[in-house]
Amino acid sequence: MKVKALTRPTAAHQAPGSSVTRQPRNLDPALHPFERAREYTRALNATKLDRVFASPFIAQLGKGHVDGVYTMAKDPQSLERFASGSGDGVVKVWDLTSREEIFSTQAHEGIVKGLTWTKDKKLLTCASDKSIKLFDPYNASPKAPPQATYLGPTAFTSLTHHRTLPHFAASSSVITIYDLTRTSSTPLQTLNWPTSTDTITTLTLNQTETSILASCATDRSLILYDLRTSSPLFKTTLALASNALSWNPMEAFNLAVANEDHNIYIFDIRKMSRALNVLKDHVAAVMDVSFSPTGEDLVSASYDRTIRLWTHRAGGHSRDIYHTKRMQRVFSACFTPDSHYVLSGSDDGNVRLWRAKANARAGIKSARQRQKLEYDDALKERYKHMPEIRRISRHRRVPKQVKKAGEIKSEELKAVKRRVENERKHSRKGEVPRRAEREKMVLRTEV
Amino acid sequence: MGEEDGEARRRALEAHKAYGRGRKVSTKGVKDKKLRSNLKSLENKYKDATLKAKDAEVLLENESGFLEAEGELERTYKVRQEDLRNGIAVETAKKCFDLKLQGLGPYTADYTRNGRSLLLAGRKGHVSTMDWREGKLGCELQLQETIRDAKWLHNDQYFAVAQKKYVYIYDVNGVEIHSLQQHIEVTNMEFLPYHFLLATVVRTCLFRGTTKNIANAMQGNAGYLKYTDTSTGQMVIEMPTRLGSPTSLSQNPSNAILHIGHQNGTVTLWSPNSTTPLVKILAHKGPVRATAIDREGRYMVTAGQDMRMSVWDVRTFKEVNNYFLRQPGSSVSISDRGLVGVGWGTQVSIWKGLFDKSHKDQEKIQSPYMGWGGEGRRIERVRWCPFEDVLGISHDQGFSSIIVPGAGEPNFDALELNPYENTKQRQESEVKALLNKLKPEMISLNPDFVGKLDLTSAAQRKQEADLDRKPEDPVLKLKNKGRGKNSSLRKHLRKKGKRNIIDDERLRIDALRLEQNKRLSKRLDKNKEDLGPALARFVRKPGA
Repeated sequence: MKVKALTRPTAAHQAPGSSVTRQPRNLDPALHPFERAREYTRALNATKLDRVFASPFIAQLGKGHVDGVYTMAKDPQSLERFASGSGDGVVKVWDLTSREEIFSTQAHEGIVKGLTWTKDKKLLTCASDKSIKLFDPYNASPKAPPQATYLGPTAFTSLTHHRTLPHFAASSSVITIYDLTRTSSTPLQTLNWPTSTDTITTLTLNQTETSILASCATDRSLILYDLRTSSPLFKTTLALASNALSWNPMEAFNLAVANEDHNIYIFDIRKMSRALNVLKDHVAAVMDVSFSPTGEDLVSASYDRTIRLWTHRAGGHSRDIYHTKRMQRVFSACFTPDSHYVLSGSDDGNVRLWRAKANARAGIKSARQRQKLEYDDALKERYKHMPEIRRISRHRRVPKQVKKAGEIKSEELKAVKRRVENERKHSRKGEVPRRAEREKMVLRTEV
Repeated sequence: MGEEDGEARRRALEAHKAYGRGRKVSTKGVKDKKLRSNLKSLENKYKDATLKAKDAEVLLENESGFLEAEGELERTYKVRQEDLRNGIAVETAKKCFDLKLQGLGPYTADYTRNGRSLLLAGRKGHVSTMDWREGKLGCELQLQETIRDAKWLHNDQYFAVAQKKYVYIYDVNGVEIHSLQQHIEVTNMEFLPYHFLLATVVRTCLFRGTTKNIANAMQGNAGYLKYTDTSTGQMVIEMPTRLGSPTSLSQNPSNAILHIGHQNGTVTLWSPNSTTPLVKILAHKGPVRATAIDREGRYMVTAGQDMRMSVWDVRTFKEVNNYFLRQPGSSVSISDRGLVGVGWGTQVSIWKGLFDKSHKDQEKIQSPYMGWGGEGRRIERVRWCPFEDVLGISHDQGFSSIIVPGAGEPNFDALELNPYENTKQRQESEVKALLNKLKPEMISLNPDFVGKLDLTSAAQRKQEADLDRKPEDPVLKLKNKGRGKNSSLRKHLRKKGKRNIIDDERLRIDALRLEQNKRLSKRLDKNKEDLGPALARFVRKPGA
């Protein structure tokens, strides 16, 4: 008779002389019953913990401004340099690592409309007092006069710097390109759409395809220019005016537009007749939009006193909404260059620092912690369609006014829809065609 | 090259068989490019996972035991425990022992889920726990009350005892910490470890003097199934089985469904989400004495008063085979590796290969694998020790632990159940288990339903989102339009038809009504005609 019975030597579970017990694994599914149900429970717990640990607000920078913050500029080449301009003409430079003010000057007499960093750590500012000034916050004293001043015929509204060349573009009723190396304040080039005369509110140079410049104006147009031919490429007229533009840093041909109609439109500049995506959630005009340096996320600032975060490729609704009791109309928002944080400047004069992921925590994590977080993320992804998990992960406390406004807005939209449907019902077939949500707002494209 | 390919394919197939989770999703028919590639990459991930799990098999340390006959004349069932003890390691031989506890029996026994501790409870009120491998006594109680069942809870720190009237929960030191006064006169208990549910059934209800007790009995307290959450103390649900006093209770470890055996030979399957049994199986021609389900929830073995032991496929609810026992089986248990221990009279038989998940047709086994007993000790309960080649037999004279090579799972997963866990690990796993506690609503015949999409409602949602859809016709939707007083057309007329608006729908309903009335009167006339002039006045109006 051949016989063997199971024996497990003590050394198998604890090596002699060691106090560490071994933990053998066996992946046989028979030993792991209820795997789906248990995974789901873990995913649910992880989702709940996410909401428990969600505390997006970190701090405000220094003591803020006296007047509202209407423009901000980050230096894409540095993690700590950051500037903000306020309504009383004061420009402040902040050190993001210490969150302290390092430079403050009364730069202009009117509202500061545009800020941008040059390649050599200098700051360009423009304002409604028809001037552009160049400051050197790291070497010169705040009292010192600006290193250069460019005067224009009308108020300037926006500034943007070229990726490689020492050139910058400023907008008023036309777009003027200046060369920083020249001492004179005569522009290098002047660009405009032949028939348009309205004020250009904002402009942005593409940082990848460096000669492409996009602008939007109060005549509701969105115009693209090519600096190499110094001519406009095409013009798209939207239903309402746009307030801000942001190029996708990873997909150079994609552009986000913050519109007055509460929406953000993402366009592919190769096909401007149709938006790639429409981001809807704000209940007031969107004042600013900005891509994260990774091109994965967007942040938008709105007149409804909230900022919202969006995942670029995850549908048309926001991933998160940030607000505080004291934050007023938000006029600018951007990601920090490491894309872990978000900055917002609002009417109440504060520059606020937020986490880009509300439940993320900085600091070094142990391998086990990291593994746990990754595992939880995978579980959440896997069970995100489950009603309970979806409900918890989507739940946000929204200010009463925003919620109310949202309800009213949805009621109004429904009414519009109903009206159009009625019109369609009572007219000849095909006379009132349905227009896609992504095409509705494009009124005209001209070349 | 071709040979290598074949080798890889064979390996993948084997891995899928052992570690796969169901059939692959065919991506060929998917038209959406993005979805197709997503599904493809997901399938590749799953395949990769199964291959890696298969590769990880080299890390398994232990091999299962065995007992094999060498010659044609040898029979494994003739091997006695004394012979076995000489042939195996000294450490293992120690696991074979007898506890003589005369006068307090018959005993019931229960092992903890990791097989480390043993709980013994005598009918006359003697309860003791022990770390059986080290022979260390945990606690000992003389309750001086009838004990009908005893059960470990989620670990070796707590156990529940069904006493004369109530169920009590004791901790490791034998201190009574809870008395479950809603569980009255319980005979069988099961603990669902992942849900932290203690399930009890009441076999008989004794009529005693007080009117309250009698009232309880009148309500049909006999055969009540009750679930209590042991982590919160809440009663989850109590429901009548409505099949008289149950004769056995066991759980399906893979889906936490309870199998209750009844006097009339049926086995009913219960979950806390339904007040009626999910399934009823007519298993025996007499009371079902014992049931047991294998750990993967594929096969059930039942023993009945009709001296039969049947093997069932729980997936199809069909009998696979049935075997004759010389006396009615009193207890059945299935080990990790599919050995079946059945106690009948004073003997225990151990069967091997009654079912095999990898075979389509199950053969009928001619003789048992091993046997024990025949020495006048009436078997009360047999229980396999998890992760060991040990069968615990409790009988009227105490408890015996015998060696059965090849019974236990050789390789445990320390993060699931660890027979060698220390205090810290036990505490940690308790916390983890509580965090991952499953809701009673997740108990269902198919434990993998969690996370599946509700396809029907998705289709409906899609239909509702379509703006150009045709409006539904409420009249067309009505079923059994024409018959009787409560026909749905009549109901519709009662509820919706009274509005004083003449529109298309109303006209159609009126037409339908007219037609229906005409049909009715025609039938009435025909009946009158059939009955003749004298009886015509007795004709019942159809639908009246």
